[in-house]
Amino acid sequence: MTEPDEQLLEGLLSGKHRALARTISKIENRSPGYRDLVSELYAHTGEADVIGITGSPGAGKSTLVDKLAETYRERGETVGIIAIDPSSPFTGGAVLGDRIRMASTVGDMDVFVRSMSARGTLGGLSTATADAVKAMDAFGKDKIIIETVGAGQNEIDIVRTADTVGVLVPPGSGDSIQTLKAGILEIADVFVVNKADRPGADRTVKELREMIDLGEGSGFGGGDGHHGPDAGSATDHGSGEPAGDDDDSSGETPWRPPIVETVATKGEGIDDLLSEFQNHQTYLEESGERAEHARKRYAEEIRTLLREDANSLLEDELQRAGGIEAVAEAVRTGETDPYAVADELLEPVEDCLERLETERMAGNRSR
Amino acid sequence: MSSEQEAESIRCLVSKVGLDGHDRGAHVIARAFRDAGFEVIYSGLHKAPDEIVQAAVQEDVDVLGISILSGAHNTLVPKIMDGLEEYDAKDDTLVLVGGVIPDEDRPELEEAGVAAIFGPGTSIEETIDFVRENAPQR
Repeated sequence: MTEPDEQLLEGLLSGKHRALARTISKIENRSPGYRDLVSELYAHTGEADVIGITGSPGAGKSTLVDKLAETYRERGETVGIIAIDPSSPFTGGAVLGDRIRMASTVGDMDVFVRSMSARGTLGGLSTATADAVKAMDAFGKDKIIIETVGAGQNEIDIVRTADTVGVLVPPGSGDSIQTLKAGILEIADVFVVNKADRPGADRTVKELREMIDLGEGSGFGGGDGHHGPDAGSATDHGSGEPAGDDDDSSGETPWRPPIVETVATKGEGIDDLLSEFQNHQTYLEESGERAEHARKRYAEEIRTLLREDANSLLEDELQRAGGIEAVAEAVRTGETDPYAVADELLEPVEDCLERLETERMAGNRSR
Repeated sequence: MSSEQEAESIRCLVSKVGLDGHDRGAHVIARAFRDAGFEVIYSGLHKAPDEIVQAAVQEDVDVLGISILSGAHNTLVPKIMDGLEEYDAKDDTLVLVGGVIPDEDRPELEEAGVAAIFGPGTSIEETIDFVRENAPQR
């Protein structure tokens, strides 16, 4: 690591806000050296509970996150918040507005709010988010909340970096629950019917409950615990009650997402929600799913990194072949085809790996 | 490595400080900055200097734009500058002030560390160009 990075790391670990902010910028920008920095951070992580909050625009995510942060602070815990907003695919510009709604905790530096935009990253935002979470974890935050609009695969990948995911469903979204089904439903550990003082809240709760019941048998949706194929096999589910893990004996019972009604603007239901989050954390711990979950997440991170690195290795090779434009033109005019191009570009890499393999085998034989 | 040179964006905090309810100008600037490809964080109305400092530090912004139309700039702006200093953020944050600032007050603000003051009639392009040229290289 370079000298300034050493200082940055030292500053972050000793609790300097500026150093944390700067580290997250480095992660976001992928500045040179950010990888070494993140590597160093890993040794200091693992203490924080990571919670993801997602839902459609206007569901009340920021307001709810604000109230959650306030309550955690009242309990004496420090909070980190990562708020992700979309950016324009055309200019790359973004207006990050989540901060406006986070008014309960202003002036309290122990709530660290960071806005991030989905700027020009090829699925890399989930990696950047995961790294930013590591930075906050190493900094010593007790609770880290990731907030994002749940609109697509990218967002789903982001909230998956959390241990516990809360999905907000505003009342009166009867039909939109149908659309939610396909994507967001599977990732919910807790359903939050926010704005529960609005008409239609009861119905939304009822519809959600029905859907969870439906999902349980098929291994689709709510019943299959935490994104895992493993939990789907268990058929033993409780009564109509949203069961936490009240009976400690059952390590086998899959997690059944509870439904919590909140009115974030008035702070109603926040305590219930927090205790459901806590239940889920306990469940993860006792069922051993936390380890499983973490393993999957790290596997995904490693894959993403490998893909990025291999990509950039090949980028140079591509330049040597005349650049992507020239190659694409050659395909267009019928001189070659994409498969041939890919094979050709990969050839040196394959050769290298083959040579390594033979060397290794020769090494084994001589031993 | 090419993957390490991903798009770096200029980050700006557009802020309204003190008892001043006029935010049309701040909205226009926020939008224009966004369209120029910057990442803009908008503070919302009626913020105390502390809150703006907190946001600027945590968000690690390159540019802090302060919009003031209330006439309290001589009190509020130095408070923000002191706050930035406290978190070692003063030197590498480009601080801009927009609003109605009388000529005789300008030297004092510049003394405090404000890089530029944009009064009524300033064109959007001028502001964006200034930010592009002067945003701190880190």
